[in-house]
Amino acid sequence: MTDMSRLSVFQAAFVVARRDFFAILLSKAFLFFLLGPIFFGAISVGAGFLGAKAADSAAPPRLGVMLAPAENDAVTAAARTLSERIDLPELDTLDGSEPAQDVLGDDARNLGAVLTGSFAAPHLVGPREQIERWQGRVSVLLQQAGAPDAGAGGAFPDIALVETQSSMADTRNARTATATGGITLLFLLTMLLAGMVLSNLVEEKANKIIEILAASIPMDAVFMGKLFAMLAISVVGLAVWGVIGGAVLFLGSEALPALPEPGVGWPLFIVLFLVYFALAYLLIGSVFLTVGSMAATVRDVQTLSMPATILQLAVFFLSTFAMTDPGSTVELFAVVFPLSSPYAMLARAAQLEAVWPHLVAIAWQVVWVALFVKLGAMLFRRRVMKSGPSQPRGATGPKGARAA
Amino acid sequence: MLTQSAPIARETTQDNATPLALEAHGLVKRFDGTLAVDGVDLAVPQGAIYGVLGPNGAGKTTTLRMLLGIIDPDEGTRAVFGHEHPQDIARMVGYLPEERGLYPTMRCDEAIAFMGALRGMALGEARAKGRDLLETHGLGHAVERQIRQLSKGMAQTVQLLGTLVHEPRLVVLDEPFSGLDAINQGKLERMIQSLADEGTTVIFSTHVIHHAERLCDDVAIIAGGRVPYAGSVDAARDRIPAQVRLETRSHEGRWTDMLPADVRHDSRSNGTHMWYFPVPDAGVEALMRALIEGEAGVLSLSIERAGLHDAFVEIAGAAAARALEQSEQESAA
Repeated sequence: MTDMSRLSVFQAAFVVARRDFFAILLSKAFLFFLLGPIFFGAISVGAGFLGAKAADSAAPPRLGVMLAPAENDAVTAAARTLSERIDLPELDTLDGSEPAQDVLGDDARNLGAVLTGSFAAPHLVGPREQIERWQGRVSVLLQQAGAPDAGAGGAFPDIALVETQSSMADTRNARTATATGGITLLFLLTMLLAGMVLSNLVEEKANKIIEILAASIPMDAVFMGKLFAMLAISVVGLAVWGVIGGAVLFLGSEALPALPEPGVGWPLFIVLFLVYFALAYLLIGSVFLTVGSMAATVRDVQTLSMPATILQLAVFFLSTFAMTDPGSTVELFAVVFPLSSPYAMLARAAQLEAVWPHLVAIAWQVVWVALFVKLGAMLFRRRVMKSGPSQPRGATGPKGARAA
Repeated sequence: MLTQSAPIARETTQDNATPLALEAHGLVKRFDGTLAVDGVDLAVPQGAIYGVLGPNGAGKTTTLRMLLGIIDPDEGTRAVFGHEHPQDIARMVGYLPEERGLYPTMRCDEAIAFMGALRGMALGEARAKGRDLLETHGLGHAVERQIRQLSKGMAQTVQLLGTLVHEPRLVVLDEPFSGLDAINQGKLERMIQSLADEGTTVIFSTHVIHHAERLCDDVAIIAGGRVPYAGSVDAARDRIPAQVRLETRSHEGRWTDMLPADVRHDSRSNGTHMWYFPVPDAGVEALMRALIEGEAGVLSLSIERAGLHDAFVEIAGAAAARALEQSEQESAA
């Protein structure tokens, strides 16, 4: 070897990552990791409730009323009268300048269905599920609007149902569900990996390898190697799951329900999921590694990692809450705050079509990953590789030897 | 003397022209306000076997870590082969930490290869070299065994081979004899000697004096975070005058007038008498004549050179010597 300088950070990180990658790949921990989807399936049942709640709370769909002006007023008045007795959707009074199909697809309106025609021949336009759900309530509404004094004895009008493919409200609900699923999957994966990388570091400290690494290569490389080894492991895991999932979809495509299309489309959503997953893991993994580096014992690790775990949970709940109202202050905070940014942006990818914010967010998150790794490495060097005297000064002090 | 209050005693075996493998000036390290190392100066000639001798807690490990750049000193400077940042020349250095570290599930050859790769070797080359080293050192049968399947001595040998696989020019061993049985200690001593014969500079820390005495050209005595002596082993021993050790049957007679005033006399249970005193400036010939003519009944007479232990007591003080002995006893236990 003619070059006597030490390995560069990237070369050294590769050496560490290669060792960790194969060690983990051949360990029992990786088997558990591969079984993660089963765990995820159980968790997703719970997450489904959360998603449904989130979808419900994400601005409930409204009923567009597109009748003659006098009839519109009568329906509005009837809704006020009935609102205390039955659960009616919020009304949007429309002037009829645009076709019902167009206003249903208007992103700004959030309409579930539109009531058109007249009291004599009413039509309810919208997706089948929605108009069937609202048919009875709209009939009561029209009966109240057309003969307000008739009470329950008045005739209920027949409503013609006009089915459309979907409404904006349907799309939003479906995208919210996609966002919830994406965030939940991201959260579970990053927590699983961050826990594994922490265990890996604890094992390293227990095996006293860390001093050999510190003597040989830059500490940044140890951090990067460990982080990226676990990332590579997760890519293998995702690939395995992807192949299995793809096979299931291929074989059971007829029986399985169609998945709701995310805002940016499935191909880009999958790419963004992988990118945000990598960044979310690198951010929280850096935090966990830093925590691990500062801990002297396994008990210390457990104590110190608790705040990091709580922080991760807080980030998950923040992102889940924020995605119900894109563009709100809370959602913008979730997008900007480094640890929640990948989650919030993944939710955006599911809900909105715009692509450029993702490029900005990815650049922003990469900067924070670099900062977290650097800070973690610095703290490691300062905190871990220290050795105090085992006896108080003077116990072995050579007082007489000072003159030697 | 290496403290701020007194100059260092440095009496090296090397002449001034010998280039230094490692040098340090005024290294200071504090941990949470506790002074662990207090102004250490060292100069290790290339090709030497250099011992850092001191009791547990004296600051040996902290000093070695600073010398290798694992931790930075709060004050002072150090250079390895002239480089102020030791890690810049990591490929020239091999380091065996006091707390041995190997991955338990790794195979022996892979463990050595990994350590070589950390120092810049290609993995395949390091693996092949590791296998050769294992064969050479009698561990050929264990090449494919996992570290956890080895005895402590074997695992320690594997780690040492990992320290040497990239053929470093400077090898730093922190308490390398710790935890080894007598047979493995002997093997390690031969390995260290062999490295030095090939021109490799070896620095090792120890709290066991006889290892330093047998192996080292130079030593640094470290106690309480300071280095009161750094220099050759011979010069350290020569700080204490050689002693005459005389055994007689009689303890009376005119011949006793020939003994110096500071003679130490012990009467033994078998009726004989032991006398200890510095070698007279004029030699022992006149004394021998007086002993014979005075019929002292000489049973034995020898001139004994001080050992490194005596030198350690003289240099570092009785308290440090007691701490060193305690460390040795703990280690043996």
